[in-house]
Formats: sequence, C-alpha cells, structure tokens
Amino acid sequence: MKIGKKDIEYIANLSRIELSEHEKEMFVHQLSDILSYIGKISELNTENVTPMAYTIKASNVFKEDIPEPSISLEDVQLNAPDIKGVFFKVPKVIE
Amino acid sequence: MEYEVIVGLETHAELATITKLFCGCSTKFGVEPNTQVCPVCLGMPGVLPVMNKKAFEYALKAAIALNCRIDEFTNFDRKSYYYPDLPKNYQISQNYYNLGVDGYMDISVNGTIRRIRIHNVHLEEEAGKLIHPEEISADYSLVDFNRAGVPLLEIVSYPDMRNVDEVESYMQTLRKILLYAEISDCKMQEGSLRFEASISLRKKGSDKLGNRVEIKNLNSMKSVLKAIEYEAKRQSEVLDRGGTVDRETRLWDEVSEKSARMRSKEEAQDYRYFPEPDLLPVLINEKWLSAIKASIPELPRERKQRFMEVFKLSDYDAGVITEEKVLADFFDECVKILDRPKAICNWIINDLLREVKDKKLDINNLPIKAKQLAVLVEIIEKGTISSTIAKEVFSEMIQTGKGPQTIIEEKKLVQISDEGLIEAVITKVISSNPDAIEDYKKGKKNALTFLVGQVMKETKGKANPKIVNEILAKKVGI
Ligand SMILES: [Zn+2]
Repeated sequence: MKIGKKDIEYIANLSRIELSEHEKEMFVHQLSDILSYIGKISELNTENVTPMAYTIKASNVFKEDIPEPSISLEDVQLNAPDIKGVFFKVPKVIE
Repeated sequence: MEYEVIVGLETHAELATITKLFCGCSTKFGVEPNTQVCPVCLGMPGVLPVMNKKAFEYALKAAIALNCRIDEFTNFDRKSYYYPDLPKNYQISQNYYNLGVDGYMDISVNGTIRRIRIHNVHLEEEAGKLIHPEEISADYSLVDFNRAGVPLLEIVSYPDMRNVDEVESYMQTLRKILLYAEISDCKMQEGSLRFEASISLRKKGSDKLGNRVEIKNLNSMKSVLKAIEYEAKRQSEVLDRGGTVDRETRLWDEVSEKSARMRSKEEAQDYRYFPEPDLLPVLINEKWLSAIKASIPELPRERKQRFMEVFKLSDYDAGVITEEKVLADFFDECVKILDRPKAICNWIINDLLREVKDKKLDINNLPIKAKQLAVLVEIIEKGTISSTIAKEVFSEMIQTGKGPQTIIEEKKLVQISDEGLIEAVITKVISSNPDAIEDYKKGKKNALTFLVGQVMKETKGKANPKIVNEILAKKVGI
C-alpha cells in the first residue's frame, strides 16, 4: 500500500496532531515501511478464516446493576485542565 | 413536480438501569453536575469497563420486542471521534455484530397496519452534556459527565415511512413498546428518548432516491414532525429550482422552526470502528433468550386485544386506555377489585383523563388510587349516590385525595330513596308550580322535566331520579 503526504495529513487531522513538513515526509516513509511489513500477512490465504479480535477464549463477563460510590467532585476536577464551578470548562463548541 | 417523502428514524433510548453501562455510577437524573462519575466513565487511562448485565438484557428485550434476528455472537466496537462530551475520545458502541438485526414493527395509521422494518438494534454508551453559556460572547462551553456512560439503546429503522402520520405512529408505537416492556422510562423532557430523522425525496413514479439529509436536535415528537415537513418543503424547492440536495446534517431550531446546516461536522466522518479490546464478546444461547422472552410483559397491542376480548371494551376505549401504560395498569387494578370494566373505563376516559388534561397533571402521577375509583363505581351501582352526585364526589376525590366513602359521609351526600320523603317533596313542588302542571296537561312534555329538576333542586340532587320519575308520573296521571 502506497502512503502519500495526503494520507499523513488526513490521519494527523483525525488524531488532532499538528505536523511540520519535515515530520510529514518522515512519516510517509516510516508508515510505508510499517505497512509493507504488515502487508506480508495479506500474502496468506485467509479465505474461510473468521477475523479474530480476541486472544482469550472467554465471553459473557458482566457486572450486576448495583450502584457503587462515585468519586468526589474534588477528585473529579483534580485531573481537569480547566473548570468552572462544578463543570469542566472547554473551548467553545459551535454546533 | 410531485415528490414522495422518504423518512427513516434513528431512536436513542436511555435504558432503565440504576447504574451506568460499564461502571457502578448511578444513572439518577437531575443531580448536581459531575457527581455521578468515576475513573471508568471519565475515561481515565488504565481503567477497564465491565458490561452491565441488566443493560444488555434490556437491549435483548428490545430486540425481541422489535422482532429482530438475534445471532449467537455479538460484541462491541470503538467508534472514534473527538468531541468535548466524549471523555475517552471514542464511544463504545456496536457496528459489525449488532445485537439485533432485520426486525420490524407494525404501526397503525388511520386504521390500517403498516409494517416498518428495523435495520438494527444495538447497545452503546451515552455521552456527557454540553452547556453553552447564555452570553454569546463567552469563549467557552461547560461539560457535565453525569450522563456519560449511561446505557443507550439505538434503534435504526429502514427508510420505510412516507408521511408524518406514519412517523408519528412509529414514534408513539415504539415509545409504548419500550414503556410496556419496561426497557426505558422514555421521558423526552429528560432526554431519555430522542429521535433523529433522515429525509430524502423521490420523484413520484421514479425509484431513484434523492440525497439524504439528517436532522438532529429534535427535542419532542412535535419537533420531529415539524422538522420533516420543513425539510420536505425545503428539498422540493431546491429540486424544483433545478438544484441538488446536499447530503448533510442539519440542526433543528425549535424557536424559529427552521433547520440549518450543522457546521462542526461538515466533513465526512471517519469513525475507524474496530472491536473494543477491553470488552469480551457476548454469546447468546437459546436458554438465555427464552428466559428473556418470558420476562417481557404484555405489549401494548396484546393488552389492547385482551381488554377488548376479556372486558368487551370497544376498539376506541381499549385504544385510549392502553395509550399510556400507567392508565392500562390503573384499569387492570380497578377491574381486579371490582368487575365492572365498562363503568370503570368510562370513568377513566371521561372523568379521570379530563381532570388530568384540564389540570395538566403528570399522567405518571394519577391523582386517585385504583381502589378509590373502584369503590366509587361500586357505590353508584348500589344506588347509594346518584351519578350526578358521583361527579361531585369524584372531583372532591381529585382535589382532596380522600376516598369516596369519607366524602359522602362528610358531605351527607347519600341518595334519598325513601319514597315517602320523595313524595312529600313532589307534593310541595307541584303545589308551588301550578303553571307547570297546566302546561303539561296542554301537552308540553318538557314541563315534566322541569318538575323533576325542581325536585332535585329541593333535595340538593340527592333524590333517586328513578323514584322521582315514577312518583311524579303517578301524580300527574300518566
Ligand atoms: Zn462511573
């Protein structure tokens, strides 16, 4: 798979990362290398093989619908970059 | 040009669990912001979600009630996007193996049944709530994460609806099913039931669909219908001018009753769905499915049918009573106490519902108890009070919350059936209204009605009308 500068810019935008021109060039090469390495897998015949998403053979792990204490507002806000009163404060969201 | 309107609906319903989908935080509505959160629902690094079994079973219930196919294997996927109300920057949802697929729901439109296909039913987590400050100049928004992680059911219909009547019936029917099956409390004012519509037009006779426009921010069923009408008109005007409808998402403005293109999500979304590695898949076997199936209470349509068959209610009456689950429960409770379904039904429809409507009461908080209404109906049937007095007693019951017997005793409203007593009153009324007797003898039949009225007035409405009529007829010589 060929990776171009456009792809890098697209991925950077999805991840909200700003990249310099130099970095974009660098990632074009690095990502291309990674993808061609991973691409080896597609040489295998995977017909009739169900995609595997889980490495352990467990399923149906549940919790009961029983309340547990939440954490204090003080603790909640400890990790917030910015707060206002009881709220988290974020840059203005325009819909 | 004539167009056909094609509508599909996406419905979100918050499930009626008391804890969130992946943590033990409470789902209680209306508490102080950011007090029902923990590291899991705040998306702190290293935390692990564990699925709420009840939420999963509620979703299964919904899939069954909506006639979906339920496969043995289901799992959860990450849907990645950045938005300040989404603490993890991804939402745990379902994409590749939805819990329920290819279902349908039958709706009734002007007496005919239409089958609307359900594309899928799946389980996901709710986002937080964004609050925008009043001042337009403010350069920030505020976030409350209390709703983040609340279990959310998404029901996606096929674009099978063709007019607002069908859309309205779809919303009402779905709401009723979710309420009857006790899956969600469906309080639209609290956001626990929400709809998004997608609308496209098609030239009459053509099979080519136009571009689809999604409408969000629809806060009531009324808004949904208004927004669809607005959008159909807007699209037809664009097409009539020879233009093309853009595929876009628009936001409905309830105040101006217009929609506008949504700015923030203009670009095509790339959610990069992939299986959620922090959750294990769920395997659903027949035994589990049958147990869930058995736990589904009588759904609205079956209940209406039962009311018609067992209690001989008319189609209309049964429809009104089953429109709200609380009302149907109330009726069931009444007839269990007193086997007079028709009379009880009449009181509910004509009197109770009118009071609820006039006083704008919350239907979930009926002002009288089933036992009280049953007793009232019983008292009327026994002839202790007349039906006119009963209306008075009923309105007193609503106002004071007292039982009918107490009110009748306190106000001395017991019906007079003593013939001697009634005859004495009649004699008095006749002697003081000689004109009326003359009129009656001249053939004015309504003079008799006048006399009955006078007797009732004398007895403050307490005379047994049947006995009054009998004695009066005898007296004037019929
Ligand atoms: Zn939590």
